[in-house]
Amino acid sequence: MTTLQTTTSAPAGRIENPSLWSRLKFNRNFMAFWFMLPAGAFLILFLAYPLGLGVWMSFTDERIGRAGMFVGLENYEWLWDDAIFWLSVFNTILYTVVASTIKFAIGLYLALLLNRNMPFKALIRSIVLIPFIVPTVLSAIAFWWIYDSQFSIISWSLTKLGLISHNIDFLGDPNWARASVIFANIWRGVPFVAITLLAGLQTVSPSLYEAATLDGATNWQRFRYITYPLLTPIIAVVMTFSVLFTFTDFQLIWALTRGGPVNATHLMATLSYQRGILSGRLGEGAAISTAMIPFLVAAIGISWFGMQRRKWQQGSSND
Amino acid sequence: MNSFTPDRRSLLKAGGGLLAVAATMSAEELLGYARAWAQASPWKPEAGAKVNLLRWKRFVESEDVAFMKIVDAFQKATGVTITVSNESYDDIQPKASVAAQTGQGLDMVWGLYSLPFLFPNKCTDMSDVADYLGKKGGGWSKTGEAYGKLNGKWIGVPVAATGALVNYRIGAMEKAGHKEFPKDLAGFADLVKGMNKNGTPAGMALGHASGDANGWLHWALWAHGGNLIDANNKVVINSPETAKALEYVKGLYDNFIPGTASWNDSSNNKAFLAGQLHLTVNGISIYVAAKKDNPQIAQDMNHAHLPLGLDGKARELNLGFPILVFNFTKFPQACKAFTAFMMDPEQLNPWVEAAQGYLSPFLVGFTKNPIWTADPKNTPFRDVGETSLTPAGLGQMSENAAAAIADFVVVDMFANYCTGREDVKTAMASAERSAKRIFR
Repeated sequence: MTTLQTTTSAPAGRIENPSLWSRLKFNRNFMAFWFMLPAGAFLILFLAYPLGLGVWMSFTDERIGRAGMFVGLENYEWLWDDAIFWLSVFNTILYTVVASTIKFAIGLYLALLLNRNMPFKALIRSIVLIPFIVPTVLSAIAFWWIYDSQFSIISWSLTKLGLISHNIDFLGDPNWARASVIFANIWRGVPFVAITLLAGLQTVSPSLYEAATLDGATNWQRFRYITYPLLTPIIAVVMTFSVLFTFTDFQLIWALTRGGPVNATHLMATLSYQRGILSGRLGEGAAISTAMIPFLVAAIGISWFGMQRRKWQQGSSND
Repeated sequence: MNSFTPDRRSLLKAGGGLLAVAATMSAEELLGYARAWAQASPWKPEAGAKVNLLRWKRFVESEDVAFMKIVDAFQKATGVTITVSNESYDDIQPKASVAAQTGQGLDMVWGLYSLPFLFPNKCTDMSDVADYLGKKGGGWSKTGEAYGKLNGKWIGVPVAATGALVNYRIGAMEKAGHKEFPKDLAGFADLVKGMNKNGTPAGMALGHASGDANGWLHWALWAHGGNLIDANNKVVINSPETAKALEYVKGLYDNFIPGTASWNDSSNNKAFLAGQLHLTVNGISIYVAAKKDNPQIAQDMNHAHLPLGLDGKARELNLGFPILVFNFTKFPQACKAFTAFMMDPEQLNPWVEAAQGYLSPFLVGFTKNPIWTADPKNTPFRDVGETSLTPAGLGQMSENAAAAIADFVVVDMFANYCTGREDVKTAMASAERSAKRIFR
């Protein structure tokens, strides 16, 4: 027994005393660090660093072609009582809330339709994706013609039908302009929501529906108590992305209205570009961009904690 | 329409033929001239120089053709490679700004308005080229100097301006009871009102149209004695004179074709050529396009200067086109040589002719170019380089004035009041605040 003990303790002692290096060599965390380093460096270099630089820039008076001096909160103080800035905040929130809600409603409806068995299923599904595939600027230019104050196809058709006597001022009247850009954004955004939700729908096991049908559940009940709860995690992800994309939209607005008429469609992103790049005040433009961060964090927070936490672990608390 | 006799038509044709001859002549001789010029030029391009030049996308095709011919001759004569890229009006500035910020990508930019003033410390001192051209071209106009010089140093060379002048349909004007184009503010307002009543409306851009909206709205402000900044660059926009200008423009806007608040730089061209718009403020590009595709509109249209101000003085903001050389270019001599070559009278004259009135040089000598008198409808554009102010108005062109026009401070003020979003006092106060933010 004693000999046995000594023979076992001898190699154990050898393992306890190795150099730091050979201990590190077998440390899982140490290895994991090196495996993650490329990804981490990539994120820091291309995401965290520009973000940090943008935030820093917002505290300086940097202009194009000229390094800035630290000015503290001066840029934010000017923004605080800047009517155009607050208008752009209002526009951004209105744009995001209205467009995202409608995109979700239409997207879900489309997903449910596409989930049924029908002829030419694959073809129809790919057609739905078209608005998403067309480059934004291209579709924006198409919409620009559709909304043109003189040559709009809509105004022209309605005039020919005798329904209106003069052209609708789609992009010249503030409320029409807001509705028009929101419509264009919805047109573009629906396929993303629809196709992603469709993917989620297809993971729902048909046996659940069979069981529910046997229990005499109605269509609505099957949607409410089977589809919806099982789809919630996907909805949370889709809506987070949808809200982020809409909130930071730039191309569509820039190609359609450039923020006009009278700034009625200026979003924070377009205003930031106008002040930062066009007027050359990088510091101020950066301040407007930085001001978007709290809104974005809040939007992510709502979908993450509000929707995901309750439903994600379906096993634990199913309400 | 009846006023156009066959005589004038044949005169027009003759004028066109003359220009065509001038253009073809230069094609062969150009290279020989370019070689001789390069020998004598004070700027010797670096060996193997490659220059990236960004310019605004043409509105008049033949102008672009003539420009490329100059580029070609210069390349052959000097061995310099010049890569020309084109961008629309609105996209020039962001691209130039990015190049200025990152210090790469472009060597020269031919842009709009006050582009060099947005980043003056990134611009090569062009004083030697400007002096050389001034001597050759009959001297710089006052506006030309204001557009090019910052603190006594030329930071860019103002190549030419394009006039923001009134384009109107003769028939529609006569029908509204005006035999001649009105020269005063009241007459102009009356004309716009009368045209609207006849169903042949006028319209000028009130949207974020860098060229069109800025041009006529600055005129309206200045004509009533209003100014964004005074001679000492102090913000003075909130004034009774500005209020008068706002009321005046609102009176015009109420009689405009609907939709002008959403217009960009090409909207009025399209509407005018489609026969829906009968008066607007624009360069000569509508007329040039009409001559080609729409002769009956070309025949029935004419140009005029905007009416004089309340004090009887002419003040217009025409669209200047300065060319700049970045100071981080590896080939400053090549860039300077090209600028000097391009604006040498031997090149600039045929080029100005090919532009058919779209380019009005700031060099006084070029007012003698036959293009201005070959067709009397071109004549109003001749003096644009002399009558125009810079976007700074009374003040000095500066980084801040360049930022103010890029941020549409004046355009937004007028649009806010005209569309009923703000009353006179609020519109002026908002503009004042925006301007103070910039001129702080």
